[in-house]
Amino acid sequence: MKDAAHLIRLAAVFAAGFIAFLLIRQALVPAGFGKYGHFRAGALDDIRARKVSFAGREQCAICHDDRVKELHAGKHAGVGCEACHEAQAKHAQLDDPSTGKPVLPDTKVLCARCHEKNNAKPRGFPQVATAEHSGGEPCKSCHNPHSPKL
Amino acid sequence: MNELVQSVQGFMYPDEVELQWSVLIVLYPFITGLVAGAFILASLERVFNVEEVKPTYRLALLTALAFLIVAPMPLQLHLGHPERSFEMFLTPHKTSAMAMFGFVYMWYLMVVLVVEIWLEFRRDIVMAARTTRGLLGFVYRLMTLGSMNISERALAIDDKTGWIITIIGIPSAFLLHGYVGFIFGSIKANPWWSTPLMPVVFLFSAMVSGIALVMLMYMATTWLRKRTIDMRCLDTIARYMFYTFVIDFSLEMLDLIHRIYQSDESFQSLDFMVHTRLWMSHVVLQIVIGTVVPLLMLAATQVLPLRDAVRRAIYASSGGLTLIGIFAMRWNVVIGGQLFSKSFLGYTTYKMALTTREGLLTSIVLMILPFFILWALVKLLPPWWETSGTKTAGGAHGSAV
Ligand code: HEC
Ligand code: HEC
Ligand code: HEC
Ligand code: HEC
Repeated sequence: MKDAAHLIRLAAVFAAGFIAFLLIRQALVPAGFGKYGHFRAGALDDIRARKVSFAGREQCAICHDDRVKELHAGKHAGVGCEACHEAQAKHAQLDDPSTGKPVLPDTKVLCARCHEKNNAKPRGFPQVATAEHSGGEPCKSCHNPHSPKL
Repeated sequence: MNELVQSVQGFMYPDEVELQWSVLIVLYPFITGLVAGAFILASLERVFNVEEVKPTYRLALLTALAFLIVAPMPLQLHLGHPERSFEMFLTPHKTSAMAMFGFVYMWYLMVVLVVEIWLEFRRDIVMAARTTRGLLGFVYRLMTLGSMNISERALAIDDKTGWIITIIGIPSAFLLHGYVGFIFGSIKANPWWSTPLMPVVFLFSAMVSGIALVMLMYMATTWLRKRTIDMRCLDTIARYMFYTFVIDFSLEMLDLIHRIYQSDESFQSLDFMVHTRLWMSHVVLQIVIGTVVPLLMLAATQVLPLRDAVRRAIYASSGGLTLIGIFAMRWNVVIGGQLFSKSFLGYTTYKMALTTREGLLTSIVLMILPFFILWALVKLLPPWWETSGTKTAGGAHGSAV
């Protein structure tokens, strides 16, 4: 036994290392980890506490009913208001929304984002090579963004 | 983006254009393989009592340790947030192959390599602790863990324990490298990787590369120390390398034949890739220069009566070619697996950067680093204490280096 003392010391070093690891783990793993799954339970509250950026179409409809009707009449019916107008929760929640009017999108940039010709897009999707199609003119000079059919 | 698209041929999904796994991910299985191979060579002596390879036993262990320390570094650099990799120890996820690899790695590093090296060198450490002063002496004394007992019985116990550790070590080394293959082989979305043969092929190529490395290291260190090479040892190592290489090559060919015969929907695309973008690295470097040529050279040493000097030259060059070939194999697996589109209709190109975090310079540094670590380890624990006849005179350690 005496001749194996160094092995016991080695085992002690390993045990100490293991205990140190457990202590570090205790200190570093955030509280609530694993309560609902492989994540920190508090993360849910953190996310919930974040400010909403998108209001959603129902909100816009309260005041811009006409636009909603216009949109629903054409092929853009399935495209959300905020897909083109960017997140507008701030605007929608103002006491007087006319004091914080959204900047109108530039159709030269906006429309190409979805309609630029690309072989990887489904064949049936309306797409144009914008450079040839409009020659640099903003799309809105011919198309109504909300109801684009000509 | 436009620049990138120019490197694409045919149809590529947008997320496939740029390679996510760079040359660093090539280094990772390469370096890990060297570790596993070096260790398996070391265990030959220990467990199967192959006396001839004894002169390389300690060197092989230290080589394995030096490379093992570097093995996770390419991954850390690739991650970008190296500190986050620690999380896989804190909150491991059962379904993450990479997290499990972290544990296999830790187990192998701490329980197998460090303990085995400690047991093997303990006598020398204790003697050095008695005679060395200053900071180095303190390090040696720390390494003794305060136990100076090197009586016959204590050493016999060490020997026995070391043997047990080696027995545990062999499956661990298999696991360590089998796991690297598993990480690729288990990706079912990628037909270039997804084969159950992958872990086995990785394992055998690891053994080949590790043996080649230790063989070269042995030749280099003996030459640097101006000693004569023990030809019996070298011949034996080369023979083992030859045998493992034959198995490795057969497995790779088996995989190839299987793919050709099976000819599944990915075959045409992969076949085209091998004949175009991977032609140099796969057919020329990996198969011809890195496998067939060294195999023929090694076979020649087995059947022809060659002079020592000729054999040495053949061993050295075939070892070097083998390392190149195995590196090419890792390259072809990692990079090749990302060059083709999952639509099987297009191919992209890998452009290695020079000075970026995942670029060529980083890889070169990572490849040189293990040799520096090995140099430091050899300074601290000279593998040839025993063979250089300074068995009892502890004071002569320095001169043996
Ligand atoms: C509480 C009512 C209200 C809600 C909800 C609301 N808006 Fe408005 N919005 C207004 C008012 C008022 C104006 C200013 C009208 C004006 O000055 O002509 C305005 C202006 C705009 C303008 C600029 C018009 C221009 O001529 O410059 C855009 C674009 C707009 N809203 C989009 C939206 C979108 C998208 C939503 C849904 C996320 C939304 N609004 C929700 C009341 C509202
Ligand atoms: C396909 C993109 C798109 C969608 C979807 C869209 N808009 Fe617009 N909208 C535009 C563009 C572009 C303009 C600016 C036209 C201009 O510059 O004259 C605009 C202008 C407006 C204006 C300013 C008044 C006007 O007609 O010039 C309001 C208000 C508005 N949109 C509200 C809405 C609401 C509400 C919705 C959702 C029901 C919606 N938009 C959906 C692209 C869109
Ligand atoms: C967020 C993506 C998106 C944006 C931005 C967008 N569109 Fe569309 N567009 C669509 C979708 C979706 C359709 C419907 C396609 C379908 O159902 O076939 C469509 C259809 C169309 C059509 C065909 C209409 C028809 O009835 O055949 C035209 C023209 C068009 N868009 C023009 C525009 C113009 C002009 C703009 C810029 C103001 C624009 N789009 C911006 C998504 C978008
Ligand atoms: C000079 C007027 C003009 C301008 C500017 C213009 N368009 Fe058009 N666009 C048309 C006409 C006319 C059609 C219908 C002709 C057709 O169906 O071929 C059309 C059709 C389309 C279609 C439907 C194509 C299809 O295959 O169904 C899309 C999408 C479209 N335009 C997008 C755009 C975009 C995006 C822009 C801005 C970059 C733009 N247009 C600017 C005149 C214009």
